[in-house]
Order: sequence, then C-alpha cells, then structure tokens
Amino acid sequence: MSNGNRQVLTGHQVVANAMRQVDPDVVAAYPITPQSEIVEYFSKFVADGKVDSEVITVESEHSAMSACVGSSAAGARTMTATASQGLALMMEIVYIAASMRAPIVMTVANRALSGPINIHCDHSDSMAARDSGVIQIYGEDAQEAYDFTLMAQRLAENEDVLLPVMVTLDGFTLTHTAQVAELLPDDTVTDFVGDYEPLYPLLDVDNPTTQGPFDMPDYYFEHKLQQVEAMKNVPEKFLEIQEEFSSLSDREYSGLFESYKLDDADYAIVLLGSTAGTAKVVVDELRDEGKKVGLLKPWMFRPFPGEEIKDALKGKEAVAVLDRSLSFGSSGPLYLEISSALSHEDEKPRLYNYTYGLGGRDIAEKHIAEVFEDLENPELEGKMRYINART
Amino acid sequence: MANFKTLAKREEKYKKFESGHSLCEGCGLPIAVRTVLNSIDGPVVASNATGCLEVATTRYPTTAWNIPWIHNAFENAAATISGVESAYRSLKRKGKIDGETTFVAFAGDGGTYDIGLQSLSGALERGHKFLYVTLDNGAYMNTGIQRSSATPKGASTTTEPAGRESYGKERQRKNLTEIVAAHEIPFVGQASISNLTDLSDKVEKAVSKDGPSFMNVLSTCQLGWRVPPSDAVNVAKKGVETCFWPLYEVDEGKWNITYEPNEKLPVEEWLKPQKRFAALFKTGNEEVIEEIQEDVDRDWKKLKAKAAM
Repeated sequence: MSNGNRQVLTGHQVVANAMRQVDPDVVAAYPITPQSEIVEYFSKFVADGKVDSEVITVESEHSAMSACVGSSAAGARTMTATASQGLALMMEIVYIAASMRAPIVMTVANRALSGPINIHCDHSDSMAARDSGVIQIYGEDAQEAYDFTLMAQRLAENEDVLLPVMVTLDGFTLTHTAQVAELLPDDTVTDFVGDYEPLYPLLDVDNPTTQGPFDMPDYYFEHKLQQVEAMKNVPEKFLEIQEEFSSLSDREYSGLFESYKLDDADYAIVLLGSTAGTAKVVVDELRDEGKKVGLLKPWMFRPFPGEEIKDALKGKEAVAVLDRSLSFGSSGPLYLEISSALSHEDEKPRLYNYTYGLGGRDIAEKHIAEVFEDLENPELEGKMRYINART
Repeated sequence: MANFKTLAKREEKYKKFESGHSLCEGCGLPIAVRTVLNSIDGPVVASNATGCLEVATTRYPTTAWNIPWIHNAFENAAATISGVESAYRSLKRKGKIDGETTFVAFAGDGGTYDIGLQSLSGALERGHKFLYVTLDNGAYMNTGIQRSSATPKGASTTTEPAGRESYGKERQRKNLTEIVAAHEIPFVGQASISNLTDLSDKVEKAVSKDGPSFMNVLSTCQLGWRVPPSDAVNVAKKGVETCFWPLYEVDEGKWNITYEPNEKLPVEEWLKPQKRFAALFKTGNEEVIEEIQEDVDRDWKKLKAKAAM
C-alpha cells in the first residue's frame, strides 16, 4: 500500500511536510542555517491553515527547547528543529528533556560547530548530543529524513520509550538539494502516528503533578537508570514501527542499520548520513571490477546497535570507519563505537579510522575508492587518516 | 480586592502550597508564594526556576505543591511556562481540554535579572498570557549569597564582599521593574512581602489581563541580609517606608504609586538593621550612605513624575 505522491522536493520541504502531516500541537524553534527553511515552510503551512499547530517563535534555541519541555510536559505533541550552534545552545535542556521523558521529535540539519564559524555540513553538532539521552537516527537522503521523522513520532511516544528523538539530515547536501521523495497520503500518516495520549500531563489540573523535582544522591542514580531502561527498549520498538511503516510505503525498513552488498564483502566501510550515497556508487564500481566490498550505514546511533553490527561485520578482512566529526585527543565517535562493539571478538577485522567532510569539505568517489585500497594494506591499520585535507 | 480575611479563607480552601517544605524560618518566599497563589481564583499551573524555592519545596519524593508545577532549569522559567501556555491554547482550540487555567512563573532575582532576562523578555514580547513573579532577595542566596545585578549598592556578598579596601557592592542595582515596563505589557507591579494586601491586589489585577503580566516582589533572606528571622517582615517594610522599594504598578501604561509612606524614612532605617550593610556604618563610608540616599531620592522623584503623567 502506498498511493504516495512522488515529488521533487528539497530536504527542507520534505521534513516540513512530515511535520505538517504529524500535526504537532506545538512547535517551538529559532532560525539557524541550514535548518531555517524547515520552520519557514512549516510556518507557511500554519498561516495557510494547512496544519493547526501553535508555533512559538522563541528568542533563542535555549528557549526553543525550554518551551518544548514545557509543552511536552503539558501533554502536547511537540516538535522542533535546529542545527549546529543552535543545538549547542539548547544542549543543557536537551539533557533535561530526556530526563523528563519528554517525547519531543527534533530535526537536526547537521552543520559544523564553531569555531571557526562555518555553516556547512559535518556531524559535530549531533555527536555532541550523543550522551544527552536522546535517541539519534541519521538519514541518508530526504526520503529517509521524511520516513524517520514519521517513525520517530511513534518511537518517542511509545510508553516503553518516552524519550526525545533526534532525526538528522546532512545540512545543505540534503536540506538544500532537490531530490525525488515520496510523501504518503495525509490520512495514512494521521492513522500511522495516531493520537498522543500523555500519561501525566501537567495540564491535568485535577490531578496535579510535580515535574522536574530535585534529587539528592539517594534517588538521582535510579532515575538515570530508568533512562537506561527506556533506551534498552528502543531497538525492538523501532523494528516494530519500521515493519508497520514498510507496509504503508514503497520502502522496506527492517534494521537498525542498512547493509549494502555487505554479506559476502571482505572489505567494508561504515559511515553515517548522505555520504552513503557516494559510497554505494563506489561499491558498485568496485564490485564490477570483482572486488568484494560493501557498506554498513547505521540509521540508529543512539542507542548504538553494537551487537547487531558486530554480527554483520563478522568475518570481514578489514573495516574502515569514516567519521564526520572529531573527538580531539581520541578517535572518531563512530570508530569508538565500532571498535568497542568488536572488542570481545577473538577474530576481528582490521579497523581503520578516517575523518572526512569537516565543515562541508567535499568527499568524492575517488576518496572512497582510496579508502577501499587502503584496507588491503595492513600497515595502515589503526592510524587516523584525514580524507581530502591538507595535512 | 482581597483583605487578610479573604486571603486566610483562600488559604483554608485551596492549600495550593503546603507546609512541610524546608525553606528557612524568616524566609520571605513562602509568604510571597502563598499570597500570590491565594490571590488567584481557579486552577493555576506554575513553573519555577532553579533556586531556593525549587530546592526546598520539591526534594524527591516529596513536594509542597498541590498545583501542577514544573521545574526545568535556572534561566528558563519564562520560556518553560510559555511552552505550557502554548500547549494549553493549542489543546483547548482542538477541544482536547477545557476550563480556564492561570499560568504563573516563579524565579529569584538571579534567575530573572541576570541569567533569565532573555527568556523573560522573549516570553513577554510574544504575548503569552501568564504572570511572572520575581522573588527578589537581592543575591544568589541558594548558592551562597553571591552578588547579582539585583544586589543593592553597599551590600556585602560572598563575591563582592566588604573588606579593608571595599565596602561591598559598588554599583547601583538594575531597575528590572522598569525594564519589564518597557515591554509595554498590560500589567507590571512592584510589591513586598511586608504589604500583603497590596501584593494580593496587584496579582488579582495582573491575572485578569489578557496578556503577560509581571510582579517584582521584595522578599527577605534572613541569611543573606543578616537579620534575625523574626525581623524578616519588618525589615522588608523598611525598604518600602524609605522608598528604597516603592510599591507601584504600571496598569495598561498608567503609572500608579499604590502606597505612599506618611513620612519617607531616611535610607539608614533600611540599611542599619541588615548586617550585609554593616561596612557602610564604619567611619569613612558616610558618603556612600549619602550616595544611596541620593539614588533613592532621585528614583522616587522620577517615579512620582511618571505617576503624575
């Protein structure tokens, strides 16, 4: 079943339409490149009466997430969108949103963090939020950003989860480019996301609740462990939601990551986001030359599907992890996850770490082909290498 | 208009804010909070900035609040309540909830004058229908009496203490009430825990407005002001009687002085009982007291001129 509508749309338009179809009660957001047009398109939908949401045009991202926490606690379906400095500014409250179990769905149009100030894509913004307690899903293209935004709504509001979900798409590469994407019919989305029934809404004045109280050492730890439990429930729920979503669309989702020609591959690349599109082209070309290469693209980064990825990488000769952000003085965040997932294996692939695309630096097919070449050279294992950078 | 009897009756009827919290004896905060809540008829939802009020009333698993209450962080009580209020309007429009609810934000002077000023200003400009109450005790009392931009000139705090070379804070405090009034919102009021019916009347007016309203309430901190707990209300009263803390309102743009002392007391009457001002009474600091008196006189004169317009 689909009867969807295939259109040529920018990532902004696609996400704004997903938000329109979700029909949130409240959206609170602040402008920032490359996110702004998502909220601009959405605000026009509101102005034209195409969606019945309250838009809070706050004076900062800190207040955007603060208002989202208030709105979500009140019992309203709540969304926001941001990028880069905006996410950094709201970070204090992102942690609080997760701890208050506020099912806020937020889009992050990935952009480099200052300094130097740069408006182009890398993953340093969302990676800085990886320990905040939000669920993180990375999209490869506008279609995935659309699909995951809809699935995120169900995941966030699931009673066994109740956590904020961050859906990311690469700034400019995906937000500002026109791509073919299928939008589901409005009523299909309405039925899919369903009504939000909050458990303890602040606006239930007959049953008053105290939300966000103060913990001493006698309770704080256990409250954090409740977040740990909620995170544990995410993969199973996500797979269930994917299955239902797949039956409604032309896409087939069944996993916490996408495997592309991976099963029989000897050499694999692991990376997040839009560069997977380029990597797939390279994999196809090298396959034509008879090389056994493949790609693993995590959709979900938090919670990290370490067990599943470990199984998927079993028996590979060598694996390159391509990070689009830095952790100064250490390896890339994605590399550390993969390395940790494989750490207890007796026989594990050689692991290579690359950093690419910082501040919007191009990564071309030839660069990815070079990585696959490197993987055949055991001497390069473990050393951090910087793709297409003057070192 | 409320009198003590009405306030007491409402206290019996609603019990919106319960006893059993751990605020200090002689603290002005519960006096202010009870009076504010008892001046509002019908359901109230409150947000609360980080600070003494939040810490001492909601130590998990206890709470002193019998109304829906939310604490988010230090600087965002206004943004948080604006989210709650927007949710209320949205859900009401969609027919998911009904009834009339009043929204109130409580924050201290640090959470308002300093770190929360942007959040407050934004929420006021956006026009949410809520009352923001600043409980001004003139320093970061919860974290240990550090100076804020509400700390009065001449006060000794732990971050601008009196010492051999200093009498304490050198700068005059920020005039937050007038900064808020510049937002041209329907109601702005300045009140004190020493004048409860005045405070109550202002709250009644504030929540009757169709838009944002603001109250700045002088609230004693016996630890920070270094006064005996039993003198907490009397000392706040001296703030009013000396015109250090005039009681006034800006109602739909009209400035009204709501209480004029029969005899405006010299500012020493406000400073002397508080040990935080002790250094001002040492030989050589006489002119600082004169300067403070000049500041008070000038501000009072300006206020009277605005009220006469």
